[in-house]
Amino acid sequence: MTSLLKTPLAEWHAANGGRMVDFAGWSMPVQYGSIVVEHEATRRAAGLFDVSHMGRLLIDGPAAPAWLESLLTRRVEDLEPGRVRYTLVTSDEGESGCTVLDDALVAREADAAEGMPRFSLVVNASNRRRVVEWLERHLPAIGVTLVDRTFETAMLAVQGPLAIDIVCGLCSPDDARRIRALGTYRTTTATVADRSGAGHPAAVSRTGYTGEDGLELVVPATSAVAVWDAIHAAGVPRGLAACGLGARDTLRLEAGMPLYGHELTEATDPFAIGLGFAITLDQRDGGPRDFPGAAALRGMRDRLPRQVRVGLALDSKRAAREGSVVVRPGGGSVAVGTVTVGSVAVGTVTSGSFSPSLGHAVAMALVDRECSAVGESLEVLLRGEPVAARVVPLPLYRREPSE
Amino acid sequence: MAAAGNERFAKTHEWIRPEPSGVATVGISAYAVEALTDLVFMQLPAVGKRVQAGESIGEIESVKAVSDFYAPVAGEIVEVNTALPGKLETLAADPYGAGWIVRIKPDDPATLAGLLDASAYDALVKSQPH
Repeated sequence: MTSLLKTPLAEWHAANGGRMVDFAGWSMPVQYGSIVVEHEATRRAAGLFDVSHMGRLLIDGPAAPAWLESLLTRRVEDLEPGRVRYTLVTSDEGESGCTVLDDALVAREADAAEGMPRFSLVVNASNRRRVVEWLERHLPAIGVTLVDRTFETAMLAVQGPLAIDIVCGLCSPDDARRIRALGTYRTTTATVADRSGAGHPAAVSRTGYTGEDGLELVVPATSAVAVWDAIHAAGVPRGLAACGLGARDTLRLEAGMPLYGHELTEATDPFAIGLGFAITLDQRDGGPRDFPGAAALRGMRDRLPRQVRVGLALDSKRAAREGSVVVRPGGGSVAVGTVTVGSVAVGTVTSGSFSPSLGHAVAMALVDRECSAVGESLEVLLRGEPVAARVVPLPLYRREPSE
Repeated sequence: MAAAGNERFAKTHEWIRPEPSGVATVGISAYAVEALTDLVFMQLPAVGKRVQAGESIGEIESVKAVSDFYAPVAGEIVEVNTALPGKLETLAADPYGAGWIVRIKPDDPATLAGLLDASAYDALVKSQPH
């Protein structure tokens, strides 16, 4: 048995009923009690998530902007300090000429001394090693340094309508004002007070993976427990719950957010799954951008994909799971045993679960373009039995707009 | 209701209790129910179905996963708890009482003695990592 990696919060999870599972080589809490309770706490008040398993890379140096610009699917050179963008990391390998290595958040941090540009890249735990290897392979001899900070830092997500309020209560009035004024996909730094009053430096971003407003904090590994404890203690009286990966998954599914390894894989056409916004093929002046896989992505942009990503609302509490077959009920279909013959397979479920917010099962699926229109009546085969599933818009759940 | 004391247990966490009428009531243990949080769906077998020991006779689905449950002994399903799928919280509230799942008429009532008694089942549960 290979030993699992542990986040700085591992002992807290164990002491607080965290049910630990292997996730991408990390021992992570899937839930502390009920996934539904954790999910609802995040939608109603706030959820606190240990997401330290995500890879955190620091890239700096005078050549860093141009170098990242040459590798990522989003523009980087025009990122101002404090801005964050969702991007893909692609190579030009594979049958299509474009392999999606990961999806990531690239942030331009405040410049270091003497205007030295600094970036952070947050990548999936499951892809961290190969993204680091890919980047190292392309690293120029001078002008850029790349450091994997995953193990010297921790990352906490505080998500939900009260999340910003709870974190701001632990910051100085100045820092709190700056955090409240932070737009989505913006990042800043702040000092977070622990329960003894001691301050801990944190990179604070208005980002998340739940469909709720909220923050993600990167803190030194040695500060993780103190900062987590402070947020937990301040938040619990207001309805905050510590949440595991189970609730993180149901929340992101309702929010219609793709997950690498499910909706998004190496061979995915990003345009087919609604990630066209993450591919910038032109420069600001209209000229073509060049990065690994760009040529193949131009072809994908100009072609209609065979299958596209849709949301499905199922007529059951029983969930479709990844791999469940989606069929279009055919005229004159006949049931043979438990398998419906005569229906045409039109797609595959990529993620599915009971939706705590909606009270029935939902899914994301890749289905043939011809039957992807909202309102289309399809069926999902659950252990051979067809269950009615309607194509619905993504996201499956949208939070009430705040006033 | 706690276990009555005369239940026998399968390693797959079902309990079975002989009733005076000659049939046996089957459910899942409090330990297993506790592990299965966030239940959303349950499928019961048909009355009259003949089952082998260890055969899947239904499924219980939580937010996270689908689990089968198994017949502890061979026999015929003579009754199912039709109220249960609509009230899954009963499983956790009263796993050995109102949370019963099926009644089986065992082909050979003596096979119940081959299952774990309560103390052997407790030992099994304690040996499992949480």
